Order: sequence, then C-alpha cells, then structure tokens
Amino acid sequence: MNEHEYENVDFHDTGAPDPLGRREFLKRLGGGIIVFFTIGDASVSLAQRRGGRGYPEDFNAYLRIGEDGRVSCFTGKVELGQGPSTSLAQMLADELDVSLESVDMVLGDTDRCPWDMGTFGSMTIRFFGPPLRAAGAEARGVLLELAAESLKVPVERLTVKNGVIFDKEQKKNKVTYAQLAKGKTIERRLKQKPELKRVSEFNIIGKPYTRTDAVPKVTGKALYAGDIREDGMLYARILRPPAHRAKLNRVDTSEAEKIEGVQVVRDGELIAVLHKSPDVATKALETIKAQFDVPEAKVDDKSIFDHLVKNAPPGNVVRSGGDLGTGEKLAKTVVEESYRNSYVAHALMETHTALAKIEGDKATVWASTQAPFTVKGQVAGALDFPQEKVRVITPFVGGGFGGKVAAQQAVEAARLAKLTGKPVQVAWSREEEFFYDSFRPAAVVKIKSGIAASGEIVFWDYMVYFAGSRGAEQFYKIPHHRTVASGEWGGGGGGGGPHPFAVGPWRAPGNNTNTFARESHVDIMALKAGMDPVEFRLKNLSDARMIGVLKAAAEKFGWKPAKAPSGRGVGVACGIDSGTYVAHIAEVAVDDRTGRVQVKRVVCAQDMGLVINPEGAQIQVEGCITMGLGYALTEEIHFKGGEIVDKDFGTYVIPRFSWVPKIETVFIKADDAPAQGGGEPAIVCMGAVIANAIYDLMGVRLYQLPMTPERVKEGLARKA
Amino acid sequence: MENISFTLNGKSIRLTTNGERMLLWVLRTDLGLTGAKFGCGLGLCGACTVVVDKKAVRSCATPVKDVAGKEVVTIEGLARNGKLHPLQEAFVKHDALQCGFCTPGMILNAYGLLLNNPQPTREEIIQHMDGNLCRCAAHARILQAIEAAAKEMKGVKQ
Repeated sequence: MNEHEYENVDFHDTGAPDPLGRREFLKRLGGGIIVFFTIGDASVSLAQRRGGRGYPEDFNAYLRIGEDGRVSCFTGKVELGQGPSTSLAQMLADELDVSLESVDMVLGDTDRCPWDMGTFGSMTIRFFGPPLRAAGAEARGVLLELAAESLKVPVERLTVKNGVIFDKEQKKNKVTYAQLAKGKTIERRLKQKPELKRVSEFNIIGKPYTRTDAVPKVTGKALYAGDIREDGMLYARILRPPAHRAKLNRVDTSEAEKIEGVQVVRDGELIAVLHKSPDVATKALETIKAQFDVPEAKVDDKSIFDHLVKNAPPGNVVRSGGDLGTGEKLAKTVVEESYRNSYVAHALMETHTALAKIEGDKATVWASTQAPFTVKGQVAGALDFPQEKVRVITPFVGGGFGGKVAAQQAVEAARLAKLTGKPVQVAWSREEEFFYDSFRPAAVVKIKSGIAASGEIVFWDYMVYFAGSRGAEQFYKIPHHRTVASGEWGGGGGGGGPHPFAVGPWRAPGNNTNTFARESHVDIMALKAGMDPVEFRLKNLSDARMIGVLKAAAEKFGWKPAKAPSGRGVGVACGIDSGTYVAHIAEVAVDDRTGRVQVKRVVCAQDMGLVINPEGAQIQVEGCITMGLGYALTEEIHFKGGEIVDKDFGTYVIPRFSWVPKIETVFIKADDAPAQGGGEPAIVCMGAVIANAIYDLMGVRLYQLPMTPERVKEGLARKA
Repeated sequence: MENISFTLNGKSIRLTTNGERMLLWVLRTDLGLTGAKFGCGLGLCGACTVVVDKKAVRSCATPVKDVAGKEVVTIEGLARNGKLHPLQEAFVKHDALQCGFCTPGMILNAYGLLLNNPQPTREEIIQHMDGNLCRCAAHARILQAIEAAAKEMKGVKQ
C-alpha cells in the first residue's frame, strides 16, 4: 500500500486520555481486544467531541474482537443506503483475515459509539477507510503476538486464515481469535502506521459483494424510525403554517379535543394533536381552525434569480491565475453566458421521523438522521437535559442525500414526549417534508471566457451565486482565470439571507450546478472554435486523470467526432467531486411535440482510485445517473414567497422506471491510488451532459435546469 | 366501529375498528406489521403496496372495510417457512435496493404483476412498476431482479 493512502489521516495521539472516562468506558464495553482510533475526516476539535457520553475524547471509533471471536466496529457513522456498512466491513475483514460474515458494524447509536460529526460528503470510505484498515492491522498484530505466546512459536512462523492462527510448520498447532480474546481485556491505541496489506494481498477488498443488509430489507424486518414501537406510545401531528415566516394569529382546537382519545398539546408555537393511532391524529389535525398572518410574497420561482444576484454577499476567490485583462486580449472569440438552476427537494422516500421516550431523567430518541450526535445535542438543548442523559439511536434510514442533517422532527418528538409523559412519534407527512426540506439552493452562474484562433481557451472568468464553491474550480489548462463564489449552499430559513426558506446540502452540493454551467459553456466554446466537443476538451486538458476518464468514456461509447449540432443527440461532460474524476457521454431523444426528453444511454467513466467494492461502486454510479435525471429534467420547487406550492409527488416529479437509460460504467484501474468518494461524483455531470446532447440533437441551447418540456418547447420556439 | 374479518398472510384476522380507516395504518399500528411503509399517503409513491386477492393495491388509500373477506399478503407473509420468495431472493442477489424503504412496496407490486402475468416483457414490467418511486435510484437493478424472479418462477405455481 502506498504511503499517500495516509494523507489527511489523523494518527496523532491527542493527549493523555481521561483515565476516568477510559475506565468507565472499558467497564461498559466488556472484555476482548480493543483498538481505538481516530477518523481523520475533519479537523475535529476536542470541544466538539465533548458530546460523547462517558467516552474518552482521544478517539472517535474503535473495533473489538470479542470473546466469541466476532469482530465489531463501533462508529457514529450511519447507513443511509449507499452501502458503507458493507464496504467498511470488507476493509476490516481483509486486514484482520476474517470472513465478511464475522464482522458487525455498530452504527449511529450515541451510547454505544463514540462521537462522529455525521455521514455526508462521500467521506466515509475516503477518510474512515484508511484508519479502519490500520486498526484492523494493529489488532491482527496483537493477536499474532498472543498466538505466539500461546502456541509457543515465534510470530514469523504464524499465518492467519478466517480468524484462525496456524503454525506454518505444524498446521495442527493452531488457535482461534475467539480463544485468544477469551477472558482478556487488551486495549491498544492506534498511534503509528502499521503495515497494511498490499493490493496483491487483498482477499476481500476490491471484490464485488452484495449488500450485507439486504435480507432484513426484503423481508420487512428492517426497522426504520417509524417502525419502532413502545408501550403507550402516541402519534403526533403538528399544526403547520401555510408559509414560511407566517405567524399564528388565532387557533381553535375545540373540535379536535372532542375526538375520543385525542390529546391536544400547546407549548408556545408548538401545537400538536396526539392519539394512539396516527390516522386518528391526522383526522384531529384537520379539524383545527387556525388563522395565520402570511407575509406578502416578494419573490417566487421566476423572480428568484434576479433577487439572488441582487442580494449576493461579496464573493470569495476560489482560485485565480494569470491576468484576465491579458487573457481577453489574446481571445479571438469571447463567450459570455449565464446559467441557472431552481430549488430542488431531497424528496426522500422516508419522511423525517422520530420516536422519543423519556424515562426519569433519561431521554432516548430513535431518529432518521445523518448526524446522530448533532441530534443528541439539539434534543438535550430542547429538553434542558445534560448531554449524557440523551441517547440517540439511528435505525435503518430511508435515504439521506444531505436532507437528514437537520433533525427538527427529533426535537419535536422529544418536546412532546416531555410534555405528555408518553413515548411520542413524529413522522412528517409528505407535505411537511416538502415544506421543511432544506432545498438545494437556486443558483446563478455567470461565465465570460475566450478562445484563441488555435482553439485554446485563453481566459475564464467565473462567478457563481449561491451554489457554493464545491465543483466551481475549472480543471482545464487556461492561462488566465478566476473563479469566484458568492454565497454557499447552506443557511436560509429563519437565519436571514436571500432564500425564503432553508437550503442545504443535496447530493454533491454545489457541484451539480457548477458542472452544469462549466460543461455547457465549454461546449459552446467548442462550437465557436468549430471543434468536436471531445476533441476540444482533450485539446484544453492537461490533467492526466481527466484525460483518462474522458478517453475511456469516448471509447466505451464509440464516440465519433462531429461538430454540433450533428442531429445524433449525443453529448459529453466532465467533472470532479470528492476526489473522484468522472466523464459522461449520453444519447438523448426529444419529442418535438411535447418537449419531453428521453435519455437513451449514458456511459460513465470514473477514476476513484482503489475500488473497495466494485459492485457497490457500480450501484452508486447507476443511482447517481438515474437520480440525476430528476434535477436535469423535471425537479424544481415552485413557491410564492414562503409558500411551497409543491406538496406531493403529483407536481414534484422524480425519476421513474420508464426514464431509466441504458447505463454503462467503466472504472479506471487505479489500485495504487487511495480510495476516493463514490456516492456523489457520477451525479454532477447529468445536467450538462443532457443539455449538450439536446443541443447536438436540435441546436437548442438550454441555460436553465431543469430542462422541462416547457423549457425545451420554448427553446424550439426561440430557434424557429 | 365494525367487525372486519380477512385473511392476512394466510391467517384469519378479525378486528373491530372504523372500517373507513386506511389499511396501512391498521397494519402498521393495530396489527404491528411495519413492512408496509408510509411514503406519501396519497397513493402516489407505492411504498405502502400490499397484495389483496392477488392484486397489488396501495394500502394508504384502501379503506380496511374494502378488504373484508379477502386475502391480504404483506411483505412479512411472502417468505414461507423461512425460505425467501424468488422475488426476495432476486432482490438480494441483484442488489436491487439501497436504503430499502421502498423495497417492500416494490417487491409486492412485482408480486402482484407476476401473479397475473407470470412471464411479463420488460415493457410490461416497466409499465406496471412505473408508479412505485425509489429515490436511491435502484431502478435498473429492480428491473433485473423482477426479470430474474419471473424466470426462476417459470412453471412454479405460486
């Protein structure tokens, strides 16, 4: 394994562990062989970690080989469907020489797992993987030393297979991990870089495995937050305003109170009806008469773009080089355009759900969340409980994609549990989900660029409003360039800023918008240069990894150079996200009459370094491409001021079976390069690759996502 | 309140409730079967799909009185004697799921199709499944799994 695998991995000891914390913690854990380690996925300060109940603060994950020989890894990361519980287990099993089946991943339980900031940003494999493998190697070393003692042979003579250590010279002289762990408590802290397996030594890493959690999910046994049942529990429905920033004026709950078994709770702004059946609670909510003062709508989904640009904060230079004035003088042709995309919802199949139970001075919350420790802090604050009296358990989560970082529903459930003295479930309706979602922000990108007579891009002046800097940096060899980001993708809601409601991370935050703008613009320049879009890109690229994916995609697709519009409906786009390089080529058809776009085929070449689970990585690419059809073609939130017009899947249309193109994936073999993100990169090109293919088909350039049938027809009319 | 009897996963059930309540809530709350999921409550996503008298229906939009005297199958009743149904096997084998929240509804909707059309074409599968939503976008795998299960079940009486 190469040394650079450890870049960004925090191996340093953060100081002497708190002896009390460590002792209490070990007692609770029981015996076995334990290796503590630190996930270096962020510069996490000690102060931030102080949410951990009774945990020493110098590590944020650990593994244990128990007396039964099973290997458990405890971490505050969660499984949202992207499959890390399988791929992480593969990494650990391989280093320890045990079967994949003997590894248990214990995730997202704040009482059993040490502090973690949350699961997002395609960081789990990139930053958790290397220290996890190192911890596995460390544990294996400890076990070999114990075995040497037990079998009375030097370590060099030992070999491991499936959790059994053999004397190489006398195969009958053997001992199992379980036997070695029995009756012992050995703790090790990972401080240095142990020797990891080389690529050629892998047995499990790099091989395709199907998900380890599939059987409970196909039998209905997998429990999500809404499936947890507690004796005496009540289901709550909460009165909601018709628009963000609306104020309750009058409310009459008398009809609801007459319904048998209904309890009405009012605590400040929180007005809820509760019943032992969720459907009865819903009926009761419908009887409440409420009158709200709704502020006048000043902005809607059409005027939002001018509003955003007008109210943008000063920009931050993401990167710059050369001198734009000099570049402009070198240009033969200057291209200036602007690009837009609308607000996009997460539209997770599982709405935000939580069950809270309070027993004495202790609260337990089961929550669908990407960040259990953040929820723990929020719940403790809302209940005025000390942190150590709150436990958050994350059951299976029905999708995240950045939409379950905030956990308002968990706080609501906890408050209602305290107010009623009963366990309370809060499960948002689909309408509540659309209302309180932290949308992907609407954004505007303005680009001015120029090409020389040679077809070389000579300057690039890029300004992005409100999508943020991720993916904004261009990767072409351009001598004079500047990239500026004004506003990031978070915030909004009650916190001020120009958005009328909350916005937040959405699968590959910012990058979908930035890549749509950049790669559309590159195609326009290719056209002005009179060149084929693949050849134009290759001419202007010097990054070997990008050239590699682009050539691989072109080869797989069978790309034949032509000047657009060729009438074939083929397009190309490239991007970088989470350390991974992607190039997409797509073929589309458009129904002239309806304006409806059908994507027929997508080829994706991806360079993500070492591929831990090729099956899992492939599925993420397929998921990205299919999900990406939504923001590219139909998904946009309609609103009037703080009122969200889209309330269900009738008007907010997400991808369906009939949309799915033929998907082909090529992974660039890069086993010696560190593993990079896989959950997000392949979604970033979907806007541009389809826009470029539409142009190639009919010579109509679309500058706004989503490319709805109406916008396609408008484009056709403009052309005519 | 009324007495309603039906067959649930092969067993007779009798309950006293308001017959206008939706089957989804009766299953999830009164009967403790949480495999059918709430996704939208409007019959627009399919997460709540169950099979009633061999037809896939949206339990969030089916009053419980409508299943009186009928046979209801939920995801909990699909595996027999600890053996997964070929559809369940195929979903596992083809990795036809990610977060898993839509999965019970997907499997039961496909089950409803195969009961009536044991050898559907890909077009027929797409048409039948199109109203079931999956946000993780496992669509391609789900189609593969249904095709594989149909093949596996060929000639086997379900």
